[in-house]
Amino acid sequence: MRERITQMILKEFIQTLRDKRRWVLLFGAPIIQLFLFGYVVTTDVNDISTALYDLDKSQESRELARRLEASGYFAVRYAPQSTAEIRDLIDRGEVLCAIQINRGFAKDLKRRIPTEIQVIVDGTDSNTAMVALSYATKVIAKYSQEMAANAVGAVLSPADFRTRVWYNPDLKSRNYNVPGVIASIIMITCIMLTSMAIVREREVGTMEQLMVTPIRPVELMLGKTIPFAIIGLLDMFMVTVAGVLWFGITIKGSLLLLLMGTSVYLLSILGIGLFISTILKTQQQSLLATMFFNMPAMLLSGFMFPIENMPVIFQYITYLNPLRYFLVIIRGIFLKGNGFVVLWPQMAALFVLGTVIITISSFRFRKRLG
Amino acid sequence: MKFLRIKAIAKKELIQIWRDPLSLAIALLMPVMQLFIYGYAITFDVNNITTIVYDQDRSSLSRELVAQFRESGYFSLIAYVDNYGDIDVYLDSGRAKVAITIPYDFSRKVRTGRSSPVEVIIDGSDSNTATIAEGYIAAISLRYPQRITTRTVTPAMDPRTRVWFNPELKSRNFIIPGLIAVIMSVVVALLTSLTVAREWERGTMEQLISTPVKTSELIIGKLAPYFAIGFMDMVLAVLLGVTLFGVPLRGNIVLLVALSSVFLFGTVSFGVLISIMAKGSQSVASQIAILSTMLPAFLLSGFMFAISNMPKPLQLITYIFPARYFVTILKGVFLKGSTLSLLWRDGLMLAIASALVFFLAIKNLHKRMD
Repeated sequence: MRERITQMILKEFIQTLRDKRRWVLLFGAPIIQLFLFGYVVTTDVNDISTALYDLDKSQESRELARRLEASGYFAVRYAPQSTAEIRDLIDRGEVLCAIQINRGFAKDLKRRIPTEIQVIVDGTDSNTAMVALSYATKVIAKYSQEMAANAVGAVLSPADFRTRVWYNPDLKSRNYNVPGVIASIIMITCIMLTSMAIVREREVGTMEQLMVTPIRPVELMLGKTIPFAIIGLLDMFMVTVAGVLWFGITIKGSLLLLLMGTSVYLLSILGIGLFISTILKTQQQSLLATMFFNMPAMLLSGFMFPIENMPVIFQYITYLNPLRYFLVIIRGIFLKGNGFVVLWPQMAALFVLGTVIITISSFRFRKRLG
Repeated sequence: MKFLRIKAIAKKELIQIWRDPLSLAIALLMPVMQLFIYGYAITFDVNNITTIVYDQDRSSLSRELVAQFRESGYFSLIAYVDNYGDIDVYLDSGRAKVAITIPYDFSRKVRTGRSSPVEVIIDGSDSNTATIAEGYIAAISLRYPQRITTRTVTPAMDPRTRVWFNPELKSRNFIIPGLIAVIMSVVVALLTSLTVAREWERGTMEQLISTPVKTSELIIGKLAPYFAIGFMDMVLAVLLGVTLFGVPLRGNIVLLVALSSVFLFGTVSFGVLISIMAKGSQSVASQIAILSTMLPAFLLSGFMFAISNMPKPLQLITYIFPARYFVTILKGVFLKGSTLSLLWRDGLMLAIASALVFFLAIKNLHKRMD
């Protein structure tokens, strides 16, 4: 049995690696994806193009403007002289944010009357809009509190919030996104490779030739999937090294645990690829089916959109998604240095998911051969 | 060029598509599924931030403070803890993202008119959620202290935030128009690129070449059915987007359809070009299609990730991909009601790109056939 599987694996490797263009696809494509996703999937918002309409023109209003600019989040590019001008700037997309300081701002502060500051954002890109509002509120709150702390006879806020950020103190989205990108790339690449390789054999007609050899269905299946497990691990290694070196990300946790997590993850990923190949006949079908699976799997995983913000039904669907569990594992290991104690439920879930899907597919696989 | 021959090729292609109802079903279900996920499941809005409280004070004042967090609608309180170790556990395992610690002497300090520190720890791994959470906390610190003391905190700045164009900050309005470009790229490029590659892989291309059909006729005949499928996808996406998800279509629908057709024509031609370059390997063709059409449409078009947030070299690269121009057009027509006078530049680039790809496809097929 071992002999036959080894031969099968050898054949598969030769077949996969014979074509030079395939090398580029197996190892080049994941790297290209890493760079594209790594640079593009960022939620950092800096240099928000801003218009400042300062009606007060006081020392205090200038100080607020200076603080907005010094925060690094806002780039004050326009000084409109009317609300109509603000509207025009936002309409034309010249600015994302407009801040209006009303006349009497400094006077109100001195008289201790709450004073309003208008913050207007272009909501077209809703995430950037929210981040911009959040930054503006933070800058204004800080200025307000410092002014209260320094003023004589001021009434202090009873609760002085001291926020501290753990795990990713600089709040760099790259530290969070690059591990997610790695996890997604492995899924995209491996499911497609496995499903297409098996279907191809059927489409081109070499499956019949394999069936007349003494190889048994289980051996055939193992022989077909093990090479892709190895390629998957190689890809994982390559993308992780490239991601860590190029994007300057540190791995706080154990590499051995990461390898363990990757292995159970690959189990379920390859199981899905195998499953797709057992229900489909042509490579085109399997490619479309892979896409049909991958797109929602990426969206409903917590990769870019937090799961807890989804409607409850969709939250339940995510439990069937291997990427969901692996994201917790890889991010936990990269950012928090989580150990097995914290991550075992995710690993167990992946293991169960993988075993179930591999069992189902191997039954189907045998039926298709018979 | 004879219409009769084009019709014959198109008919043959249609029969082939019809015989593979699974691929056709996926091609038409893909937009529906994506719209549902983007429309219902995914949101950039950050609420339900899981929060734990370590209330050492256990007074009416401290409970009032916690109530302010809860009632803001952004934080969902999942547990009270009674030691610092539990905070570690909750944050390490990711069960909570925010931990609020209220000190023993909180109410005593507040009652005597002093300010008491309140420690807020935020899990920064997901930098985006953390950033927005910080903004919410800053807003709470500014606006709500009045609730626990009768006096107004002074001096006080009151940021009044307003969002234009998309006041409810619905991500779906921002995403669905651009999604049309992604759906069309994915479905059409994958379908088309594989068909010609399949023809070569199975050897039926030689048979076609031996007939009197000309290259341009062959290409147009092959394109037409996929153009039709892409067109149906587009109509489906626009209809569902407007009726089911209430995305505003403020611009001219004729302009939308016309420019979509130009983009579609270019994408279909590009699919043919890919399959010629892939030299009859479907898996190579699919990989090229994913790297050159799907990823750019998804990542480099500005559909979800703002181009202005990308590094400069990557921003320049986006100009190569027609999806960029098309997404600008889609967003303009849908959300801002832009007319051709504003969009002619993007439309022109789209037309040039489409024509260029079409001629390249014809030229390459010529070469391949000789």
